[in-house]
Parts: sequence; C-alpha cells; structure tokens
Amino acid sequence: MKPLAPISSSARVVLGISFFILFVAAWSYATFGGFVSKTFLANPLTMLRDGWWLLTTQGFLFDIGMTIWRVIGGFVLAALLAVPIGILMGAYKPIEAFLEPFVSFARYLPASAFIPLLILWAGIGELQKLLVIFIGSVFQLILMVAVTVGSVRRDLVEASLTLGARDAGVLKRVLIPSAAPGIAEILRLVLGWAWTYVIVAELIGSSSGIGHMIIDSQALLATGQIIFGIIVIGIIGLISDYAFKAANRAMFPWSLI
Amino acid sequence: MSKLVIENVSRIFPAVGGGTPTRALEPTNLCVADNDFVTILGPSGCGKSTLLRMVAGLDRPTTGRILLDGRAITGPGADRGMVFQSYTLFPWLTVSENISFGLRERGISPRERNAIAGEWLDKVGLTSFANHFPKQLSGGMQQRTAIARALANSPEILLLDEPFGALDNQTRALMQELLLGIWERERKTVIFVTHDIEEAVFLASRVVVMSARPGRIKADVAVDLPHPRHYTIKTSPEFSALKARLTEEIRVEAVLAAEVH
Repeated sequence: MKPLAPISSSARVVLGISFFILFVAAWSYATFGGFVSKTFLANPLTMLRDGWWLLTTQGFLFDIGMTIWRVIGGFVLAALLAVPIGILMGAYKPIEAFLEPFVSFARYLPASAFIPLLILWAGIGELQKLLVIFIGSVFQLILMVAVTVGSVRRDLVEASLTLGARDAGVLKRVLIPSAAPGIAEILRLVLGWAWTYVIVAELIGSSSGIGHMIIDSQALLATGQIIFGIIVIGIIGLISDYAFKAANRAMFPWSLI
Repeated sequence: MSKLVIENVSRIFPAVGGGTPTRALEPTNLCVADNDFVTILGPSGCGKSTLLRMVAGLDRPTTGRILLDGRAITGPGADRGMVFQSYTLFPWLTVSENISFGLRERGISPRERNAIAGEWLDKVGLTSFANHFPKQLSGGMQQRTAIARALANSPEILLLDEPFGALDNQTRALMQELLLGIWERERKTVIFVTHDIEEAVFLASRVVVMSARPGRIKADVAVDLPHPRHYTIKTSPEFSALKARLTEEIRVEAVLAAEVH
C-alpha cells in the first residue's frame, strides 16, 4: 500500500463487503462458540428469526414506517428553517453577528435533555417526536450552512461585481450556487445525526417506532430483536446515504470534475 | 481626450496587530487615453495591482479620486471589466454561461445572450467547448474565457491583472497575440498589469513603470511599434532597445525591493 494511491472500483466493493463478512463471522464465533451467554447477545440466526417474526406477525414494518416518517418530518422542518437562515448568516455579516452567538450556544443543548420538557409542552404525540429531531438538527444545520456560504471564494464574488452583479445577484447567482454542493453534503451528514435523536425520542413515551420496539424487547431480554432493530436502522441509514450521494452527483455534476 | 483620470490617488493599508501602516501606493497621477493599451510594469509589491483594483472599484483610495469619462468611481460596475490572475470562472456554469453572466445581470434576453456568447466563443476559439465546465479546460482556455466574459459585457475599459501569470511561456505568448489581435480589431481602452517586460512592450502602446514600495510611477514610455504586431517583432532591434531600457529601469527597483524584504 502506498499513501493516497487509488484502488480499482471492484477492489473497493470487495474490500467493503469483506469487512461485513468479517464482522458477522466474529459475531457468530462469539455466540455459536458459546463464549457469550445467550441472555446478553443473540446469535445471528436467532436475530434473523426474531426479525422475521417481528416483520410477519408483529407489524414491525409499521414501526419502521413511523420512525422514517418522524426522521424525515423533523429533518425537513429543520432544513426548511435552517438553510435560509444559514445562507443569510453566511452572506450578511450583521445577521451573523446577531445570531451566531446564540446558535453556537443552542447547538450544545442536548436534544435528548429536552425530551421531558417537550413531553410537558407537546404531550407524547407525534409533534413531540418531530420537535426532538428538529431541535437536534436545526442549530447544527444553521451554523454549518453559514460557514459554507461565508467561505465562498472572495475572488468569484469580486468577478461577479466587475460584471455588474448587484447585491441580490451576488446572493442568488454566486453565493448560493457556489455553496449548494456543500449545503447538500451538510444535509446528508446531519440527516445521519437525526437518526440517533429519533431513537432516543422513541425510547421514552412512545407506542410505536423502532425505538419503542427496542425498549419493549429489553424487558423481554430479546437481544435478537434489539440487534435486528439496530441493524434495520443501519441499513436504512446506508440506503439514505447512498440516495443522497447519488442525488448530489446528479444535481451538481460540476463539483465532481 | 482622457478616458480614465487618476488624480492624486494613494493607498495606505491600516496597521495590523500593532505594526506600522503599509504605504502601498504613493499619491499617483495617470491619464489613459480613449482606446489606448497601457501596460503597468513593476516588481511585486509595487502597488500596481492595488491601483488596478481601485480602478475596478474593488478597493477604495485613501486619498484622491479616479474618474472614468468624467464620473468618479465609487464602487465596482459593469463599465469596468476585469480579468484576474487567479482563475475566477464560475465553476457551476458552462463556458458559454460564464461568458453571458454579465449580460444576464443586465437583464438581456436569453436569445440575445446566446448570440453574443456565441460571437465571443468564436473570437477566442472556444466554440467547441461552449458546454464544458471550467474545470475541464486548461489554464489558457480558462483565461481566454475570462477575457471573453469581460468583453462580452462591452465595458468602457478592460482591466487585466497579470492574467497570464500562471501560464507556461508558450501558452502565454499565444495568449498575448490573441489579446492583441482582439484589441487591434475592437480598439478598447485597456490597462494591463504585469511584471513581465517583454509582455509589457509587446502589448502596449504605452508602458508605465512603477517603483518598489512605496509604489509610485517612475517612468512613462511610449511604444511606437507599428500595428498589427506579429510575434516576430519581439526579435526586432526597436523591440530589443525598448526592452533593454525597461530592464534597466525595473532592475534598480527589483534590487531595492530585494533589499527591503
């Protein structure tokens, strides 16, 4: 191996898959070999059997759907508010000076610590779940978008000014298109974080969702179900990540040249 | 008739972190005639780029004023096109869209924009690259696009800040011929900043030599070589004599600059 030397795409796929195989092999060795008690860790076959049982008889697909809906709902709300605010903060320094200190402070408020308050305010319905994800994502998004827009190449802005662009033209036709691929990348990243908030939200005061299934399974010591739930989240995350990457490639072909 | 008048313009950059303020440009006077091609020649740090940026309106003079067609310059505008040393094409726009950027800002219809962009693509020899993105072009092609982008906007004056500085020698020579050819046909007012003596003489009808820090104008040399100029003129005795004279002027400054830094 040489530093930074590229590898072929087929080698990349093979290497990527082989780690998954290695991971399952180690898990199988630990569980089937009897090194870990069944009470604490189910083996892969039990996990699959439990998963099938969940899907076919327990309506787990509905739980998955609920969780996806909550993530997307909360995340879209956060993005709709955060992207415009972030763009304005990045573009206009007075707005940045006004909002940046508060957003930096709010960013460190843990979303999970708001759950008791949110239950108090919004009950244990869907709104509360959406708000957890919203609070967890919105401040991160604002700050990251503002940094991306603020760091657009100054010479591109100057070039547009010498071509006759005015304030609105600079914002609409230089700052936003230049920052767009970065903003899309930020959305992809923060969507991943939203998944951790949704599970936490579902662990407390919920009657549906993957997190609810996990906390129910804990009472029954059904580690196979818990692991199945975790793996489902991982798979959904992987799919959404690839979908986001593909969409970014399609929308911003110029940024990859 | 002077197209551009620079009156008593100086630029002092404020002190940073307890240092002393930097005198980038001493009070300077310069007039540029309509349709003239003026090169500003000087070593690095002589304030030549600062002067050009103030003409573009991207920087403000500490003292003095700059008049274009009798009107004071207060900020950047479409009447002063600029080509930068760094590659400043918009990477998300195709070559053709880059060329029509300024036209779009002025609200010209898409059809007319396309027609003008097409003309300029032809003039800089990039018609077959109209739909490429800037990153797919070589450095020379990118600067050709940048020149077309500035001129498609039909500015009153074209400002170029060492536009060929990052190009290899062969490409640079071809670019000079291309730019000179365009100027000979279009007769725009041009200010071209460079530290390359041969480039300054070949392109200009007038070379303004600037001294090292603090920057000021040291000499103003007319170049009476006939147009259209062919690249072979670079080996003529007249060209060599001018080059030798400017080399002397600039060498003193370069030595001074080297001692200061």
